Amino acid sequence: MTALPETTDRKLGLVIDLDTCVGCHACVISCKGWNTENYGAPLADTEPYGADPSGTYLNRVHSYEIQPNDGPAQLVHFPKSCLHCEDAPCVTVCPTGASYKRSADGIVLVNEADCIGCGLCAWACPYGAREMDPTAGVMKKCTLCVDRIYNENLPEEDREPACVRTCPAGARHFGDFADPDSHVSKLTAERGGMDLMPEQGTRPVNKYLPPRARDAQMQPPALKPVAEDAKGFVGWLDKALSRVGGG
Amino acid sequence: MAKDQPHLDTSPHVSDEVRKTTCYMCACRCGINVHMKEGKVAYIEGNRDHPVNRGVLCAKGSAGIMQVNAPSRLRAPLKRVGPRGSGEFEEISWDEALEIATGWLKPLRETAPEKLAFFTGRDQSQSFTGLWAQSFGTPNYAAHGGFCSVNMAAAGIYTMGGAFWEFGQPDWDHTKLFLLFGVAEDHDSNPIKMGIGRIKERGARMIGVNPIRSGYNAVADDWFGITPGTDGLLIMALIHELMKAGKVDLDYLAQFTNAACLVDSDPKSDSHGLLLKDSEGQPQVIDRRTGQLAPWNGQGVQPDLSATHRRAGVTHRPVFHAMADRFLDPQWAPEAVADRTGISADRIRALAAELARVAFDEAIALDREWTDFRGITHDQMIGRPVSMHAMRGISAHSNGFQTARALHTLQILLGSVETPGGMRFKPPYPKPHTGHPKPHCKVTPGAALDGPHLGYPQGPEDLCLTQAGGPARIDKAFSWDNPLSAHGMMHMVISNAHAGDPYRIDTLFLYMANMSWNSSMNTRQTMDMLTDTDAHGDYVIPRIIYSDAYSSEMVAYADLVLPDTTYLERHDCISLLDRPISEADAVADAIRWPVVEPDRDVRAFQSVLCDLGARLGLPGFVNADGSRKYADYADYMTNHIRRPGIGPLAGWRMGETGLQHGRGEPNAGQIDSYIREGGYWMEHVPEGAAYYKPFNSAYQDWAVRMGFYDSPQPYVFSLYSEPLRRMQMAAEGKGAHQPPEHLRARLKTHMDPLPFWFEPLGDETAQGYPLHALTQRPMAMYHSWGSQNAWLRQIHGVNPLFVPTKIWQEHGFAEGDWAVVSSPTGSITVPVAHMAALNENTVWTWNAIGKRKGAWALDADAPEATKGYLLNHLIHELLPEKDDGMRWSNSDPVTGQAAWFDLRVKIAKAPAPQEAQPAFAPVASPVPPATETLAWKVGK
Repeated sequence: MTALPETTDRKLGLVIDLDTCVGCHACVISCKGWNTENYGAPLADTEPYGADPSGTYLNRVHSYEIQPNDGPAQLVHFPKSCLHCEDAPCVTVCPTGASYKRSADGIVLVNEADCIGCGLCAWACPYGAREMDPTAGVMKKCTLCVDRIYNENLPEEDREPACVRTCPAGARHFGDFADPDSHVSKLTAERGGMDLMPEQGTRPVNKYLPPRARDAQMQPPALKPVAEDAKGFVGWLDKALSRVGGG
Repeated sequence: MAKDQPHLDTSPHVSDEVRKTTCYMCACRCGINVHMKEGKVAYIEGNRDHPVNRGVLCAKGSAGIMQVNAPSRLRAPLKRVGPRGSGEFEEISWDEALEIATGWLKPLRETAPEKLAFFTGRDQSQSFTGLWAQSFGTPNYAAHGGFCSVNMAAAGIYTMGGAFWEFGQPDWDHTKLFLLFGVAEDHDSNPIKMGIGRIKERGARMIGVNPIRSGYNAVADDWFGITPGTDGLLIMALIHELMKAGKVDLDYLAQFTNAACLVDSDPKSDSHGLLLKDSEGQPQVIDRRTGQLAPWNGQGVQPDLSATHRRAGVTHRPVFHAMADRFLDPQWAPEAVADRTGISADRIRALAAELARVAFDEAIALDREWTDFRGITHDQMIGRPVSMHAMRGISAHSNGFQTARALHTLQILLGSVETPGGMRFKPPYPKPHTGHPKPHCKVTPGAALDGPHLGYPQGPEDLCLTQAGGPARIDKAFSWDNPLSAHGMMHMVISNAHAGDPYRIDTLFLYMANMSWNSSMNTRQTMDMLTDTDAHGDYVIPRIIYSDAYSSEMVAYADLVLPDTTYLERHDCISLLDRPISEADAVADAIRWPVVEPDRDVRAFQSVLCDLGARLGLPGFVNADGSRKYADYADYMTNHIRRPGIGPLAGWRMGETGLQHGRGEPNAGQIDSYIREGGYWMEHVPEGAAYYKPFNSAYQDWAVRMGFYDSPQPYVFSLYSEPLRRMQMAAEGKGAHQPPEHLRARLKTHMDPLPFWFEPLGDETAQGYPLHALTQRPMAMYHSWGSQNAWLRQIHGVNPLFVPTKIWQEHGFAEGDWAVVSSPTGSITVPVAHMAALNENTVWTWNAIGKRKGAWALDADAPEATKGYLLNHLIHELLPEKDDGMRWSNSDPVTGQAAWFDLRVKIAKAPAPQEAQPAFAPVASPVPPATETLAWKVGK
């Protein structure tokens, strides 16, 4: 069993805006690309051109339909990756210490050198956020791009997770939730950011901003006719133009 | 960090080098940073400085690495050895391939150049491929616009001198209400997502009008789940409501549109319906200062929207009066259209009132002085912050042209085109329709065509007709069938060539267009046409040359295959002469360059054309001594001169005193400058020229300096379209150029100079087919390309038919069920899935997920080939026979735009078959089988 740090200096994580996410999967593939080339083993795919292609992804987008009692059905796109929980059951369940939560910033990682591929952590995670790599036999998960966010080989503006950098709609935000003045803390406060499945007691760091209310009936002032037909309209027009004067 | 935690290198080596070029995973043309390790592509991300995407990148763009290593990539030129359609080829050398092509094409050019039909699909080098075809001398050239979105482009250009996407965009910084009509999940991909994100951040609102609530429509604040093909009807109702309430921008209409221009309103007059003009041909208005006639553009003239003029017994009324007649007609009232659109009258009224409220009660004013073309100086730029965007959803209908015209009319009535918060053009647009070329079709054996193929006819005299009045082009573009087919009609080429109507061709030369599969209507018969033989056993279409980078379905139907490179291995120019990457505030163009060398015997198609052009001795492709002019496409990009001082690329040209932008002589170091500066060139529009561009003297002067045109071209928007009226007059029997009798009535109706709505043309023969069927392109795929990409096909590997709740329940469907879907043309058997957020009479599926076995290097049991399918089998390129025995093209009667979305179907539950039907025999794959696992890491 592996211990969690009592506290972390920072709480790095993501805010994901469900009001804006159009479900384009940009974050999914950007993540796949960066993490195939970088941290640990590449994210492998079996049968990549076959009947049942199956690959490791650290971030996936799910779509759900909502049918309100009144009003039309809605579609919500829901990107999901590791939430870097404060009480991360995937860490405490790990028999080798490979799964750990960094005390400096709270990022939950797998130290692949110590991972025996037993899969307990994936079983313990209530969010299904961990995937066993079929080729390397080690557990893969979101690293919050720990190899980008401090990387001195990257320009400072690029020191953010690949999914955040690439999101076309600006629906993903990265920052420190331990700092109440951070962009992510403020967004969470302003927009009612929510925990995913709080009843699980995992205290996820990542937050989701709920979709704004949709399909509120528009109630602009009703238009008042100035005419009923073309003849009446021309009459109105002549009056309107005479008011404008010489232009 | 705690002592017991592992040490981690948080600054690993990222890449050896970043090479900046332009994406081609779809048509958006975003800037990308290609990270290289040991000479290989390691990672692709968006370029933060790039005007199109500002650093972001979509799923397709990031998956580009899987396109370069795709097993579907062709390896060498191919010569067919089996029967056509079998996929049996032998690999040959480039010398042999080019000798074969030259041997076929040279005699055609010398005797009958029109026997070459050259069509180029999703080509981003049309100003180059068009020039090649023009030099060859065939009139038969176009790209894929005719089966994509030409209605949007043509209606935009004819109405307001620009359209959406590469022509114009919402004013994302100022708009308060964004109305999105008929856009699936693409066109324009990243910029729309970025724009939606930005307006939501500002608290501005977005309304989606679309039968399907996915993608952008899923995040819209309000959704109008309209019945397909009735967008124009909804828009007519919105215009009706706004005009009836006087909620239109009279000042703007008077000054910047032809609403005040006088029209001959006497049906007995020979010039009935034409604008009154002075001796210099300038349309006339009544000047409010004098009450007298004045030219529309006279200095200080204040056009009167209402005054009429009588001359020689003929009354001339302003266009605006005719608009009142048209739009105030009760047939467009909300309650009259509610049933057909599927939108209640109350909601239509509320939407109209909301447009009016935002446009007029929330108007914005920028304190920027500007001077218009009449010499009048305005101290502010007034904005109506309602913006709109639309694409294929409204345009791929037979009523799409007039629907798009109606949409632009709505925008203009609100005063929200080229004003703050509205829609803004992207340089080199705006450009008046009269400033474009006209189509050309005059063939001279052994010589070039008499001018560019495509353009904007102004009247019947500009059509592409033979002496006898029949179509001069194989696709019948610019004929009386579809007079304003500004992008050609690629979807009719194979069908017409097979029928020998209007004539037989010898060689069909295609580039990047999957015409034997997802890019043709009526796919099965298209395959039959491509393989059909005559009484002598010869192919009816004698020769087919195809260029593609990948093992697409079309490859199997070629006699000679010229393998292209991928976008990371080639030069390209995204040119101002073509479809540039400008933004509203900046003009920009871009290049691609070989960031990696191909690892196989493939060549960039454009470079191959330079070679082939020289072998054929085409003017413009050989020097005076007959030697080859361009070593490759890069040479062309640098050294071709289109007009004095104007070449394919506008950045870093050579001036008298050094490098300059816009105009200038060729610069041998130009491409190096582009590479150094991130792969693109951009110059900002001066602040005082940023809005009111068609009318703004500062913009016009800047545009001339930049070389967009050679003299200022101010114009007003054509709410009333005179080119349409000229075609309509011919149909009424006026003028020297007369249409055939069987088309008169149709032309009279459809070439209406004011927008209107009509029932989609196939509807009358679709009784008994109560449902509408659509396709959408997912955000993570681009036409047929995505399935060969190992990462993307895991996102969209299957395409069930999505069925709305009402139909789902009526038929008692359950998860996992299959259905037979039938149209008047055919039937398919496909898997179904339930979707509630959908118009109640519409079914839909993802576009081009279905694949033929043997294509794209997919295993034969890949779901794309077993459960995937195309709706194309249900869509015929011809409408059913009319009373007179004629069959019309399944196209917009004005532009020839393929009416994909007019499709009507019925559905019935079916036992689950082994595979989606129809199933086709596999083709032999010209490439080896793919790898069984993939773990792609190029660095150590």
